[in-house]
Amino acid sequence: MKYIEEFRDPELAKNLSQSILQEADPDRTYRLMEFCGGHTHAIARYGVEDLLPKNVRMIHGPGCPVCVLPVGRVDEAVALATQHDVILCTYADLMRVPGSKYESLIKARSKGADVRMVYSTLDALKIAEDNPDRDVVFFAIGFETTTPPTAAAIKQAESRGLKNFSIYCNHVLTPAAMRAILGVYSDAGAPNVIIDGFVGPAHVSAVIGTQPYEEFTRDYKKPVVIAGFEPLDVMQAVLQLIRQVNEGRAEVENEYARAVTPQGNVKAQAMMDEVFELRDAFEWRGLGSVPVSALKLRPAYSAFDAELRFSVQVAPPVEHKSCACGDILRGEKVPTECKLFGTVCTPDNPMGACMVSSEGACAAHWTYGRFREDEFVEKSA
Amino acid sequence: MCLAIPAKVVKLRDDGLADIELEGVVKEVSLDLVDDVCVGDYVIVHVGYVLAKLDVDEAERTLALFAELSDSVQGGVA
Amino acid sequence: MKQISRPLDLKNGRVDMSFGAGGRAMAQLIQELFVVHFDNDILNQEHDAAMFELPPGRIVMSTDTFVVSPVFFPGGNIGSLAVHGTVNDLAMGGGVPKYLTAGFILEEGFPLADLAIIVKSMAEAALEAGVSIVTGDTKVVEKGKGDGIFINTAGVGVVPDGVEVCGNRARPGDVVLVNGTLGDHGVAVMSKRENLSFSTDILSDSQALNDLVAAMLTSVPGMRVLRDPTRGGLAATLNEIAHQSGVGVELDEVHLPLKAEVKSACELLGLDPLYVANEGKLIAICPPEDAQRLLAVMQAHPKGSEAAIVGQVLDDPRCFVRMKTQLGGTRMVDWLAGEQLPRIC
Repeated sequence: MKYIEEFRDPELAKNLSQSILQEADPDRTYRLMEFCGGHTHAIARYGVEDLLPKNVRMIHGPGCPVCVLPVGRVDEAVALATQHDVILCTYADLMRVPGSKYESLIKARSKGADVRMVYSTLDALKIAEDNPDRDVVFFAIGFETTTPPTAAAIKQAESRGLKNFSIYCNHVLTPAAMRAILGVYSDAGAPNVIIDGFVGPAHVSAVIGTQPYEEFTRDYKKPVVIAGFEPLDVMQAVLQLIRQVNEGRAEVENEYARAVTPQGNVKAQAMMDEVFELRDAFEWRGLGSVPVSALKLRPAYSAFDAELRFSVQVAPPVEHKSCACGDILRGEKVPTECKLFGTVCTPDNPMGACMVSSEGACAAHWTYGRFREDEFVEKSA
Repeated sequence: MCLAIPAKVVKLRDDGLADIELEGVVKEVSLDLVDDVCVGDYVIVHVGYVLAKLDVDEAERTLALFAELSDSVQGGVA
Repeated sequence: MKQISRPLDLKNGRVDMSFGAGGRAMAQLIQELFVVHFDNDILNQEHDAAMFELPPGRIVMSTDTFVVSPVFFPGGNIGSLAVHGTVNDLAMGGGVPKYLTAGFILEEGFPLADLAIIVKSMAEAALEAGVSIVTGDTKVVEKGKGDGIFINTAGVGVVPDGVEVCGNRARPGDVVLVNGTLGDHGVAVMSKRENLSFSTDILSDSQALNDLVAAMLTSVPGMRVLRDPTRGGLAATLNEIAHQSGVGVELDEVHLPLKAEVKSACELLGLDPLYVANEGKLIAICPPEDAQRLLAVMQAHPKGSEAAIVGQVLDDPRCFVRMKTQLGGTRMVDWLAGEQLPRIC
């Protein structure tokens, strides 16, 4: 596979591993947050942590839109599917996410709700066209990588005159999440977690460009290296972050220059801007209410807004008291520090989204890293 | 939420769609989010949409960086 | 004396409720379709129950129900799958498969032309595998109550003396082999599912493995475990074996046989080939001293030409299945909660 396999070369990986070992200062710990769920998955799937020295710690950040989706929003989606005769279309990742009281879309389907898994908004549009007498609701989640496909779908729906298509919008924004991690919105002041640098998301950046990250280098003095998803990309980014930390620099560097340009995908940005506007605030699992962090449809597109078209009855959301998803999402705890991990909360019986989504820190640790018990004994350095 | 993969454009279709190919597997995707895509281009595909074109020069440059790094590591390893 | 006025309309006819009612229509279906194609002495006796003798030895029995959708997929159909599946289950127990049953649940409206193709495929598969379909059953359910066709096959076979293959026999130091490329069947079936819409030349690997197994057991009578990694893929099956035997397993990613198209289809869809179904593959676990000889025997057989050593059994009370990645790191290969869903993230 061209432009994929070359970035998985084991010889080059060994060399990168050597360089990181040489350049990392043995007298300090480097705490690097990989923001994007795709990076969490890649690191786990290739065992990249085995190639890093022990004093370079990868912290899994909240870049998994499934994980940060609040319980209440899942409950509303389930309610949409069960209280109205809609065809609820969703990405596969959301099927098993537990809402309150263990309800989920896959369980709703087993009880008769018409929930359909789709790979793309294009499939949801087709379902709407093929079923003109049914309402079709697309459960829209994702950061700025996945938002443009939703915007494109809305515009297609408009131009094709599809009156039965709407979206349940949960799109969220990356810079806002990064600010929340750095404690910008917290009344309590600086957060418990000291992050030395960010591995910037790959395909979010392909859309938004490199410029939005300059806020973090300039105002918070944290280096950001945007990295591709292949293991060599991640390791190169780690090396560049270590260098920046050692040299006291805080710059935006772009390791993924083959897909990310400084201005990003202007056409996609324009489409997002045309269709969506900012919500004042949005509840994020684990981060609480974060201002200007999420999107909703503009008034011109309100006909496609499922929240306006359908009203649902939901009880106040219930999260398990001991579920530490929030702390884990902020990088303050590791999965093994959650009381529920491995006992009550397992992939068979997920209590929170961190265990359901395959990039959630808990699922990733369970699925890929459970045998590395020693690594997770220490708390934050 | 970013699983996206580089693949080669093998055919342009009507209605803003195209066929991309990865090692013999062909999939139809939308070009709504990009302009000026040609057959033979490598593109990044996410949930059925092309998000960006792959800059093959930059790709080669990045790979060259890794290779150069490996030379220096092999030269300088204690 | 049979009073049948017209033969079945196998070109344009459809299954209707009378075919399952036990009357003349059902008898006609059985005669003109099942008996004609499955044709063997035992079946031709037309008893309700098949009567036969088995060669001496321990009897092994297995059953499996097939609900695959779509019913026709590249490289096979639900019928050939139903024969291969049960033949393979018997073979994985070390048995020589002899006789099969075939139970059909047909949905009202199912095209007879499709049923004819399926039945012929079953007959061909049975012939190739050296088994006979000796008894069966037919039921028809109302439209909307069945997904076209479901098939159950059960089978009996005989395990030769000295053969002891069982899921709990893997020991630390044993070697893990597979007979060929992984994930072909799952990808072939998925390519025909409407909402995934990708096209590929990949064919299902559905095939009977009893002849390969016979050759393997002749060469390595001390075989520890044989199992076919169907639903859930290599990962699920190895986890089962690891738990049954109380051992760990370590795979080597570099040695896993995978077709390029399967790799790329999985990349595009966000799937892990370790969890994708196979229908013509087996996992063999043997003592280390027999591994090279076993590999050679497998590679010499047409159904094992791409066989490979893929891992080894470890001493691990946690019964973890792990894999050394192509990068040299290690990852868990966990037992999935449910079906693997395509990953978008």
